[in-house]
Amino acid sequence: MVCKNVFTITGTVALFIALAILSDVLAAKKEDVCPGPAEIFKDYIYQPGILKPIDSKPKLKVGDKAPDFTLSSISGEKVSLSKYRGKKNVVISFVPAAWTPVCSDQWPGYNLVKDIFDQHDAILLGITVDNIPTLYAWTRPMGDVWFPVLSDFWPHGKVAQKYGVLRSNGVSERALFVINKKGIIRYIDLHDINKRPPLEDLVRELEKLKN
Amino acid sequence: MKKLSLFLMVFIVIVAFFSVFALPLSAKEPPAEGGPLPVIKLPIPKSPEEKNYLGIKGEGSFTIPQIKAKVVIIEIFSMYCPYCQKEAPTVNDLYNAIENSTDLKEKIKIIGIGAGNTPLEVDVFRKKYQIPFPLFPDVDYSIHKVCGEVRTPYFIGVKINENGTHEVIFSRLGSIQDANQFLEVILSRSGLKKEGK
Repeated sequence: MVCKNVFTITGTVALFIALAILSDVLAAKKEDVCPGPAEIFKDYIYQPGILKPIDSKPKLKVGDKAPDFTLSSISGEKVSLSKYRGKKNVVISFVPAAWTPVCSDQWPGYNLVKDIFDQHDAILLGITVDNIPTLYAWTRPMGDVWFPVLSDFWPHGKVAQKYGVLRSNGVSERALFVINKKGIIRYIDLHDINKRPPLEDLVRELEKLKN
Repeated sequence: MKKLSLFLMVFIVIVAFFSVFALPLSAKEPPAEGGPLPVIKLPIPKSPEEKNYLGIKGEGSFTIPQIKAKVVIIEIFSMYCPYCQKEAPTVNDLYNAIENSTDLKEKIKIIGIGAGNTPLEVDVFRKKYQIPFPLFPDVDYSIHKVCGEVRTPYFIGVKINENGTHEVIFSRLGSIQDANQFLEVILSRSGLKKEGK
């Protein structure tokens, strides 16, 4: 009887240890959503946890004409995609929302590589579904962003909808569209919302525009 | 009784399994001052200048305590982090302050680890800020994870002893503020101040 109790207690303790270690592993995996966020945003980032990687149905494909749009930017001017037709290649970076992980790191990186965009005769248009005051406040710590930051707030997510990147909860996907000077889509990266697209992929696609 | 024994065996195996495979995955806390640095394996740089700077020969990988120095300063950064971008000139000042001192240049080395950064992203950071010390990409965040998934920039100072042992003497989040003041702290905590003067 004593022996049986000892085994039961030992087994239970072993079970708790196993569960504790397992929970550590799972917790570590959950934190993968936002590993190493910049200290600058430390107290201001909402942590949504791991999200469904893609939550929209594609509407566009490579070779399609990029739908035109006009959106307000944080600098006050309105920006139309068509104004770059025949003049600049365009990279559109949809990011899900201000004050969220990954997004808060992605654009500061692009802010550093204006020369790469210049070398490829390209402009970057950053779009989220947030309103202008939110976008303004969120991008201030990034320094002076060299590219237009555009608000797709109202009608809510209309441009994201046109591009097939509006998720079911009203934010956009993390997506990149590379559009050539003729206004044709040459690359679409509908990226896992939880991860940052590597710069290598974008540079490779910009290189292809030269051919 | 047999069932109980089996039950026990199964859980011992589970515990053993997760103990072996879970621990190297991540650390909950950053390296503590006074404690050891987690094992960080880095690829030996191809550039002869960087090899020479670190005092590392050959090919393959190396660990931080193998660097030929008395103190190694590690900056965990990200090209995508605005604070790291702002901090870059200050860390360059620190490098220059060390390299311009005949007494310190062979004793203190700096490296950077780009958390979640690809080789191109690290290269962009290096070129943009003309960073003279070796930078290493940590594409899959594996180093970042064993360092407690710290925010960036994060600075770790490691003292390497003559007998091959080492000790973390500095571990802190955020800007180093002033290169010379930071260097004073490192010199004081490592004991190099008394030795060098």
